[in-house]
Amino acid sequence: MLADTDVPPVVEMRGITIRFPGVLALDHVDFFLRPGEVHSLMGENGAGKSTLIKALTGVYQIDSGTIAVDGQARRFETTADAQRAGISTVYQEVNLCSNLSVGENVMLGHEPRGRFGIDWNGVHREAERHLTSLGLELDTRSMLSSHSIAIQQLVAIARAMVLDCSVLILDEPTSSLDRGEVEQLFSVIRDLRDKGVAILFVSHFLEQVYEISDRITVLRNGQLVGEHLIDDLPRDALVTEMIGRELGDLAALSKNADREIDRTGTPVLRASGVSRRGVLQASDIDVYDGEVVGIAGLLGSGRTELVRMLYGADRADAGTIEVDGREARMHAPRHAIGHKIAFSSENRREEGVVADLTVAENMILGLQAQRGWLKPVPKAERDAIVAEYMDALGVRPADPTLPVGNLSGGNQQKVLLARWLATAPELLILDEPTRGIDVGAKADIQRKVAELSEQGLSVIFISSELEEVLRIAQRVVVMRDRGQIGTLDSSDVDIDALIDYIANSEEGSVTR
Amino acid sequence: MTAVETAQPERRTLTGALGTFTSRHAAVLPTIAAVAILIVLLVGAQMYFGNFLTARNMSALLLDNAYLMVLAVGMTFVIVTAGIDLSVGSVMAFTGIFGASLLASGVPLVIALPAMLVSGAAIGLLIGVLVQYFNVQPFIASLAGLFLGRGLAFVVSLSSIRVEDPALLWLQSTRFRLGDWYITPTGIIAIVAVVIGALVMHFTRFGRTVYAVGGSAQSARLMGLNVARTTVMVYVISGLCGGLAGLVLTAYSGAGYPRNGIGTELDVIAVVVIGGTLLTGGRGYVLGSMIGVFVYGTIKTIISFMGAEQSWTHIIVGGLLLLFIVVQRAIVARSERGS
Repeated sequence: MLADTDVPPVVEMRGITIRFPGVLALDHVDFFLRPGEVHSLMGENGAGKSTLIKALTGVYQIDSGTIAVDGQARRFETTADAQRAGISTVYQEVNLCSNLSVGENVMLGHEPRGRFGIDWNGVHREAERHLTSLGLELDTRSMLSSHSIAIQQLVAIARAMVLDCSVLILDEPTSSLDRGEVEQLFSVIRDLRDKGVAILFVSHFLEQVYEISDRITVLRNGQLVGEHLIDDLPRDALVTEMIGRELGDLAALSKNADREIDRTGTPVLRASGVSRRGVLQASDIDVYDGEVVGIAGLLGSGRTELVRMLYGADRADAGTIEVDGREARMHAPRHAIGHKIAFSSENRREEGVVADLTVAENMILGLQAQRGWLKPVPKAERDAIVAEYMDALGVRPADPTLPVGNLSGGNQQKVLLARWLATAPELLILDEPTRGIDVGAKADIQRKVAELSEQGLSVIFISSELEEVLRIAQRVVVMRDRGQIGTLDSSDVDIDALIDYIANSEEGSVTR
Repeated sequence: MTAVETAQPERRTLTGALGTFTSRHAAVLPTIAAVAILIVLLVGAQMYFGNFLTARNMSALLLDNAYLMVLAVGMTFVIVTAGIDLSVGSVMAFTGIFGASLLASGVPLVIALPAMLVSGAAIGLLIGVLVQYFNVQPFIASLAGLFLGRGLAFVVSLSSIRVEDPALLWLQSTRFRLGDWYITPTGIIAIVAVVIGALVMHFTRFGRTVYAVGGSAQSARLMGLNVARTTVMVYVISGLCGGLAGLVLTAYSGAGYPRNGIGTELDVIAVVVIGGTLLTGGRGYVLGSMIGVFVYGTIKTIISFMGAEQSWTHIIVGGLLLLFIVVQRAIVARSERGS
């Protein structure tokens, strides 16, 4: 563990700027990677981590700035260029060919050749040598697809070794590994670091970042926030840097959180010990009539996974879900819909609005699905519903005949909200309803959620913005590293305490 | 550091051996199934007719389907990259009539032959460029190639052109005999095409890249392989095979005919799939496609032995195709569950 700032960096990225249509993905970001260190790149979704990595691996072209490797200025046009400069990448979804053998995946494009083409014995001998140097004993002739994702990740690293890389980029390598597999990966990473390889590590799991890293660089909204040695950056400081603070007129909204909730009866929904191997550790959540329960945690903490299981979009391996005190089977979304549960996905464009349909059609879609396709919603009823929600949510422009695709993100979100509200649900699950939308629309949506919950609707509200969660939810389920770590009363905590809780609390213990 | 993969202790049991085999060679299973079907067909036909498995009959099987085999080699490359080439039938017709007209106007075979191959490869290049650089679906791009090839064939001639060139006729009329077995130069061309195709697929980096692209083009690109060149090349190879098949078919029928090979592209796709190549790409063998051609040819021969309508060939091939696609789907689904 040298992590000495005096060591000349192997990678120097200066003033990197990348512009996508309408978005400044990276704004004059500097990034340095030194040999023999594990350097974590941190930031929330959209902070620019992937973009920076893709600039370094030649997937994206930079608009301005310089990249130097070993002191030599480089311009990467393709992945192959970056690989020739000694930069290898192992991606989250293993980018190998599962239809080929392990040995071939390690050696593809670098196969030893004899007089009659590829020397297959040589291929497997070489592959085995590289795998053994990582402490892996595998049948190199077996198909890659017959191995677990963890092994496939390690095979990808072995492939990087064939390329003789001096820089190894690991982009979310642990997101689908279990604890033991992470340990295997980490011991390989440490080994490589000690051999002088510079390792760029990206993970949403704070624990892992603190376990493996020597240095951290934080990005937010495409800008560099800071570079720190791991020991100089306590967890809460890191979380604060990643999330930032949100000020302005939102903070002026009245606190829905302080409303008293009657929790003496049976909860509308109670889930206990819901889990799925490798996806979510046992988590509990319960929601009472008229209550808003927030879910707080960083991206990848298991927020979305939990609510998808509540909704039946994914199946849980274990745990029980009760609706109104009776155990319910949630194996498909239609079960949840039958229990009057509505779910608005965080993936607005792909799982939400139908861009080519009009605002009115989008609003009515949920209700129509609930009634069945053979019983069309009468036109008068339909017009009334659309008019009501256009007005109540302040959809702009106020023309229900426009295609939804023409609306801004915030207004699309309002249309989605209207769609679910039109089905008169008893429980509404909102996954990141305010992500990437402007402040005005954000305030409208929060106000509507508060108002509805006052009228008795129960809501589960997921947001990356902790202030928003604390403002709107009476209780907050806190998640980290794919599992629930506690449930807090939001009147008991402020934002700093919540950040501290997310960053530091020991699993299972509830410290307030 | 300790060994990471807990290697199962070697147990000499049948299930253990089977496990090792399937973990290594799951991709061969469809081809093995094709071999099994071929054997069943041959043995069954022999038992039913009594005079089916004769040297004459088997030799004719290769001879009659030589053009199909050449096309199947090229098609295997394309389908392994998860592409499709609908143009091969009309490319074969075009190069055939083109070659025949060149020969008829007195051009020697040494010039006509390369001209046929190059024109086939050129149509393939066009399709490949459309697929790779203009992001056109292979189905659509090769459909354009199909119309182009057919149109060009009619431009060359509206009716058939007889071939008098002795060198070309030699390819068909010469019979190298071994007892009652015989093989014509066109048969040799088909076999050589299969052998070269199989060697390229298995023993060259290009061939392995073809598999990688079919497995996942995205992964292949990120692994630093030259995906663009490979994608274009497989269509060029298929076009080249189309040109070669044009030569073989012209020699076989003694004439170029612009209506040759209508619907042949579908037969070729069928034999490649029956031979064990996955339509979704990444798995398949040139040798498997050869087996597929033999299965197809055997069915055709059996039906003519029975004196039944040849349309039954299509019904049976269609049924087999369906069966194979289901079997492949099952194998893929199993290996996906395993991972």
